[in-house]
Amino acid sequence: MTEAKHHEDVSDSNAIKLFLAWSFVGIPLAWGIYKTLANAVLLFH
Amino acid sequence: MATAAQAESDGIFHWLDRSHTVAKPGFSRWLVPPAALCVHLCIGQVYAFSVFNLPLTKLIGITQSAPDDWKLTELGWIFSIAIVFLGLAAAFTGTWLDRVGPRKAMFLAALCFGGGFLISALGIYLHQLWILYLGYGVIGGCGLGIGYISPVKTLITWFPDRPGMATGMAIMGFGGGALIASPLSVWLMQQFSTPTHIGVMETFVVLGLIYMFFMMMGGVIVRVPAPGWAPEGYVAPKQPKKLVTDQEVHVDQALKTPQFYLLWLVLCLNVTAGIGVLGQASAMSQEMFPGRITAIAASGFVGLLSIFNMAGRFFWASTSDYIGRKNTYYTFFLLGIALYAAVPWTGHTGNVILFVAFYCVIISMYGGGFATIPAYLKDIFGTRYVGAIHGRLLTAWSAAGVFGPVLVNYIREYQIDHGVAKADAYSITMYIMAGLLFIGFICNLLMHPVHERHHIKTEEAKA
Repeated sequence: MTEAKHHEDVSDSNAIKLFLAWSFVGIPLAWGIYKTLANAVLLFH
Repeated sequence: MATAAQAESDGIFHWLDRSHTVAKPGFSRWLVPPAALCVHLCIGQVYAFSVFNLPLTKLIGITQSAPDDWKLTELGWIFSIAIVFLGLAAAFTGTWLDRVGPRKAMFLAALCFGGGFLISALGIYLHQLWILYLGYGVIGGCGLGIGYISPVKTLITWFPDRPGMATGMAIMGFGGGALIASPLSVWLMQQFSTPTHIGVMETFVVLGLIYMFFMMMGGVIVRVPAPGWAPEGYVAPKQPKKLVTDQEVHVDQALKTPQFYLLWLVLCLNVTAGIGVLGQASAMSQEMFPGRITAIAASGFVGLLSIFNMAGRFFWASTSDYIGRKNTYYTFFLLGIALYAAVPWTGHTGNVILFVAFYCVIISMYGGGFATIPAYLKDIFGTRYVGAIHGRLLTAWSAAGVFGPVLVNYIREYQIDHGVAKADAYSITMYIMAGLLFIGFICNLLMHPVHERHHIKTEEAKA
């Protein structure tokens, strides 16, 4: 029971860490891709 | 007192050591790719350095260049020096990095790259170009090289089941860094500029601090697996594929094998072909389609290529996990030859859509070449020294950085000087690029497993 709870804690804490870490790099990258795509649209006008 | 200070200082540096980065049980390996991306998304800024070129030529004249302002030709050296030092730093620090681990290397890379910006800001303030050569070129270039190779071995060790995907994800960040840096730099310069001042210096200070922080965060997040760790349920293949070794080759020994030089040529030729056209993409598209692709549309074309450069790194490196590295490079070379040979045809028939599509695929394979090479090295030489060997191999990039643009620019100039129309001036270049890829194809064809005399003996490996 204790071991199962420990696994849940690790899993929960990993999920939060994963969300924060991927957001930390994903948000700037998504912004950069959006700005570049907005510029690339000009090629087809 | 001195002893206490010494102990505290040792404590800080110990925290950077490999032994302090060993992951505790329960650590998710999926935290390592974002750590690598923290570094690669920053150092990828180097591809966007050209956004500073024009503003740096008007620091005194503001609206137009004054006689004492720096010339574009002088400023072009900043990027070139940075790329040369990237290759040198990667080559000379690879062995050290394998020893000290990724965290210390990432912190050093952060200090060099961020510090390079800060030193360059001082150079702008004093209007001394040599300080920019030293700051961004030499010191920043060292940060680029150390940062580039710092997460490679760690990722391969965490993802023995998918090494191509793992390194592809990090090296994708290097391609994506320019997508962030370019609009961010332009926006910052707008904020800091006034009618009597161009805000490049302030932009450099802000970028230096942002990059230092971001890269250090990568160092904080990164972990190495405990000895003997393997992913849950992972079983190493009992009968490895022909080109995938389960042995280790020392970095010094790797340099004595023909495989190292074949892979050096494979990378160099693939990059030469891509880098030559990447630098000329804007001018080329406008000259091949005069009146149809305007300067604004050409900048959109360059942006599109950047996205494919980035996406290709992840796509091709991940694909290599399934079809094998050798087959992936066969694809780069054969498809590349066909596409380069077909580009002049798109110009003659005026087919813009196909021209853009062909180039997007070509540039995706250029990025893919960078991203797949660490896993190829791991297959051939083993995991233990892959970071150091990869560092040595990156000198191929420095060489390609010279060959590619020189080939494209000089052949174009030569043709135009001999009366060839601008729209047709790139045809010969494309055929030469296809020829280079054919040589690359032969080198890839000659790849075979390393002879066992180069392998580290079992007792040495244990030691």
